Amino acid sequence: MSHDLLVAGEVRPMDPETARTRRSLGRVRGKNRSAWVVYAVRALLVVAWLASWEIAARTIIDPFFYSKPSAIWDKLVVWFEDGTSHGSIWSNMAVTLEEAVLGFLIGTLAGVVLGVILGRSRFLADVLAPFIKGANAIPRIVLASLFVIWFGLGMSSKVATAFVLVFFAVFFNAFQGAREVDKVLVDNARILGASRWDLMRTIVLPSATSWILASMHVAFGFALIGAVVGEVVGADKGMGLLINQAQGNFDAAGIYAGMVVVTVLALVAEWLITRLENRLTAWRPPSGSQAAGI
Amino acid sequence: MTPLTPPAISLRSATKRFATRSGAPFTAITDVTLDVAAGEFVTIVGPTGCGKSTTLSLVSGLEPASAGTVEVHGRPVTAIPEGIGYMFQTDAVLPWKNVLDNVALGLRYHKVAKAEAHAKARDWIQRVGLGGFEDRYPHQLSGGMRKRVAMAQSLIGEPSILLLDEPFGALDVQTREHMQDELLELWSGTGAAVVFITHDLTEAISLADRVVVMTAGPGTVKDAVQIELPRPRKVEEIRLTPEFTEIYRNVWNSLREEVEITRARGAANVA
Repeated sequence: MSHDLLVAGEVRPMDPETARTRRSLGRVRGKNRSAWVVYAVRALLVVAWLASWEIAARTIIDPFFYSKPSAIWDKLVVWFEDGTSHGSIWSNMAVTLEEAVLGFLIGTLAGVVLGVILGRSRFLADVLAPFIKGANAIPRIVLASLFVIWFGLGMSSKVATAFVLVFFAVFFNAFQGAREVDKVLVDNARILGASRWDLMRTIVLPSATSWILASMHVAFGFALIGAVVGEVVGADKGMGLLINQAQGNFDAAGIYAGMVVVTVLALVAEWLITRLENRLTAWRPPSGSQAAGI
Repeated sequence: MTPLTPPAISLRSATKRFATRSGAPFTAITDVTLDVAAGEFVTIVGPTGCGKSTTLSLVSGLEPASAGTVEVHGRPVTAIPEGIGYMFQTDAVLPWKNVLDNVALGLRYHKVAKAEAHAKARDWIQRVGLGGFEDRYPHQLSGGMRKRVAMAQSLIGEPSILLLDEPFGALDVQTREHMQDELLELWSGTGAAVVFITHDLTEAISLADRVVVMTAGPGTVKDAVQIELPRPRKVEEIRLTPEFTEIYRNVWNSLREEVEITRARGAANVA
């Protein structure tokens, strides 16, 4: 019973069938209307949205509260050309990114190791299940406040916040992936003479890889959230600090500008993870990884 | 068979019980006694769910027997014995490794250097007729080709005991007959003891030196029929001979009762 308790937070890898359907849907669409029409309509939607916001902010709504695209753009230009109140925008981005990446790496490593071990050991899973469920139920983002007290305003408190968010996302998937290893593959490897370590390395880990990679898309988003929230709570540098300061100055444009920068960071990271995923799953039929980014 | 050369496989009153979800024990096989000599090809037929696969898992050491003894080359089976090859019913090739690495897998587990393992694997890939497909991944192969990979993977360790659990069950008839011939060809002269499980009586008779019939579950050995057909055999041709038909009738008479018992149970469960 307690085994099943652990599956709560998993993100399922897209099964090849669904992915294939999605892709073929894409292909049909592409045949009927060529790709540039899709791009043109997308661009049109963005322009319409931004234009209506801009016009509304100049006529009916109060730009002090809601800001407007031109003001956000101006803010971004100032940040990138003249720098922010806390040094250049690049250095702030670098700090946030470094925190997120560190939290992501440590969290992923810990999640994979613990997930795979518990996934293969029924006893350990039975013993630890209630604790892990409990820890997962804690509103972990609040820990950011605690970490600032523990580790101070520097980088480590944000890495810790990113870590606790990433760890559980990856852990549950690695656990499920390690449990769902095809028994025939394990038996076959044992017959062929695999040691325990061989089994882990050549059967369990590769089997769990698609599960783990599926969780990594979500996990990097979490890492960035952890880093930014940690900075909002208390920091001496980083995008979260800029956002927090904009809030203190009633500078809505500054908050939006911070959001834009963080969003771009997240999209770039997402693109990198998708590339990594494609490399690691080259053995799969050409479908699964493609749609995972949607 | 003198005491000095024990049979390759020896089961004595082997019984296997599993704990079911409800806690009540389920007996898969009971009191199975069977010897297989080195170089002998034995096929096991029996109705669905009679414990044929369980018998193999006892011999392979994947599962311990609940009672009775299981010996391989005269030594009791406590772990997976050396020199066992096992072809599973479902695909057991690793989808994330290409054909070459899949075939070399057993050697790599046995710490054979990579270059040597790959050289040997290439040779076996040729022998199962997959030359040129070394770099393909399993999903790029047909079902029959994946079976060839599995066959090379099992045979590369030159097993003295080869266990096959309905290996060709999922293949179409032409491919299956072709694979049967290739199996016989690869096996001939190796001196390996073979236990081959199948539902297909024609397959059982055309391959075997001896066909063992198992009872409806819990399974035990009901009958063993010696197959005196000459080797080398061509499976498509041998099944057209009158001797074959005669043997088929004998074995089927023995098997039919058990199949009917199993069917009646199935019908009772449905009703």
